[in-house]
Amino acid sequence: MNLARYFLSKIGWYLLVFFVALILNFILPRLIPGNPVDALVAQMTRGGGASGDAVKAVYENFMKEFGLDQPLWKQFLTYVGNVLQGDLGTSFAQYPASVNSLIAQALPWSIALQLPAIIVGWVVGNIVGAIAAFKGGWFDRGIFLSALFLSAIPPYCLAIILLFVAAVQGGFFPVGGAYSFGLSPEFSLAFFGDAITYFWLPFWSIVLVFIGGQAVGMRSMAIYENGADYVNYGRGLGLRDNTAVRYIFRNAMLPQITGLALSIAGMIAGALIIELVFSYPGLGSLLFAAIGQSDYPVIQAIMLILTIAMLIANFFVDLLYGIIDPRIRAAQSGDR
Amino acid sequence: MKSVSFTPRFYVAAVMLAIVLLIAIIGPLVVQTDPNATVGGLYDRPAGWGPLLLGTDNEGQSVIANLVYGTRTSLIVGLLAGTIATIIGLFVGIVAGFRGGLVDNLLSSLTNIFLVIPVIIVVILLSVALDNRSIFTLAFVMGITSWPWLARAVRAQTTSVRTREHIDVAMMSGANLPSILLRDVLPYLLSYVVMAFVLQVSGAILLESTLSMLGLGPTNAVSLGIMLYWAIAWGSVRTGAWWAFVPPTVMLTIISFSLLLLQSSLDELFNPRLRRGKIRRKKGADPRFELPAAEGPSPQLTAAGVVEGPAPIQDTPKEGGR
Repeated sequence: MNLARYFLSKIGWYLLVFFVALILNFILPRLIPGNPVDALVAQMTRGGGASGDAVKAVYENFMKEFGLDQPLWKQFLTYVGNVLQGDLGTSFAQYPASVNSLIAQALPWSIALQLPAIIVGWVVGNIVGAIAAFKGGWFDRGIFLSALFLSAIPPYCLAIILLFVAAVQGGFFPVGGAYSFGLSPEFSLAFFGDAITYFWLPFWSIVLVFIGGQAVGMRSMAIYENGADYVNYGRGLGLRDNTAVRYIFRNAMLPQITGLALSIAGMIAGALIIELVFSYPGLGSLLFAAIGQSDYPVIQAIMLILTIAMLIANFFVDLLYGIIDPRIRAAQSGDR
Repeated sequence: MKSVSFTPRFYVAAVMLAIVLLIAIIGPLVVQTDPNATVGGLYDRPAGWGPLLLGTDNEGQSVIANLVYGTRTSLIVGLLAGTIATIIGLFVGIVAGFRGGLVDNLLSSLTNIFLVIPVIIVVILLSVALDNRSIFTLAFVMGITSWPWLARAVRAQTTSVRTREHIDVAMMSGANLPSILLRDVLPYLLSYVVMAFVLQVSGAILLESTLSMLGLGPTNAVSLGIMLYWAIAWGSVRTGAWWAFVPPTVMLTIISFSLLLLQSSLDELFNPRLRRGKIRRKKGADPRFELPAAEGPSPQLTAAGVVEGPAPIQDTPKEGGR
């Protein structure tokens, strides 16, 4: 049972990576010289908004929550325990809001924006790239240069220009946010109709950049496969073009699937900034606010969620690969 | 090397890069305005030649001065981080690929773990922890985090070079390991490493601007990302103060596009299979002298400056892998 063994080894591998990610997530913010709680309390008192008792309560709560008086390994165990129970801690800046509730408000917006954008961009990008590779000539050159340009523009730069041209100057779209003032998120047709007008600009910013990157990759993969020995051999034997194209497409597709998983990290990071540009109330804006306020628990939680999203994406691609490409499976389980 | 012919694409990229370099090196001397000096009010319109060529930003500082110094910062960070990452990646990849065995297993596992954990996450976590971020610390942080995809690609190519006969000859003649790696293996990888370096530089520049826009940029200098950060934080896009955000946007796009163009034209130069049509016309190309299977297309750069390696499946030699 090759397939089962392949899947099991993959699961083990991803658990290991997850553990390393947890360690990094725990250690890196603790490199800050001094005690983060001290810094936080100092910041709160400087504002003058909190009374002495409240500050003391916050301080003790944080000390207890993070167990900062305890040895590091014990802190780590507490952290891992909390994370595994789905408890991401308490926000510094918006005390006593739990990080979970902040994330729960922001995450749906990010998913609703990014998931469709990534899927649409990937599908369209691959089709465009493949067509360009087969057609060749000026069409290819035009597509290639514009795709290269699109993939080279930092996504937030494209977003800023789009926002300025289409919303501020053109007035075709609302300028920022996710829904009109006075409405509150709910599942109704009216709210959806309103929210979708805010959705288009950030959506297209992500899609356009993603189309560019995917088209460039698919085009060169297809050209590369086009010159491969098996294609020349097949053509020599009189293989029809359509059949050859099918073979080429299948082989060129494989790295593109991997590309999807790998580029998700970059896309998410880019999309976070795009949210910022459009003041879209997703994880990006939350992260931006948290960094501005040194809200470490929120930063840590967002990083953890991004890591997990990455791991899941990679895991699914590995599984998919194991199913569609027998060579990988054979090599991974050492039966060659 | 008469057969080396650069494509028009290469020259376009080279000219664009030269202009950017000129702006970064000579610009500050020509502009002669302190980017931190207040020369006007909030978002003054562009007016005439001089410090107000591109108006003022939200703090009344000259945008043109910020632009030239920002370009300089971004290039310094990019070159430094790219160099560090390329050296680490090359070293790890070449040692892992050549030594094999336990060393390879350890280094490859390390590489693979950090391939899956996104660079941007590690860099954000590290930057949050650093109170004082000079441009050199930032470059260092980016350099030591963005090498894994390069290490992986270099390792795959090194394993293929290792099986060649000239390595056996070198070993039998008693050459020591550093000498073999430097003189017998490295030359075969150089073309790939040059392209990877270009991508690393471009990736680092974009990563720096991403960080800056999140508010994690260098604390002691102005960079293109920091200009954008303030432009967005102060609503210059909304109020229509285009001179505050268009210059850094255009500059970042030019830098990133020209580096990508350079990389892709180098790719066609080094990797004849990507040159459609031309390959058949060239006679007498001995496949033995071709590069060790250059892994299909070279790595791509995605949004946000995260460089993606070629498909991470290259543990498996492709069918008929050379």
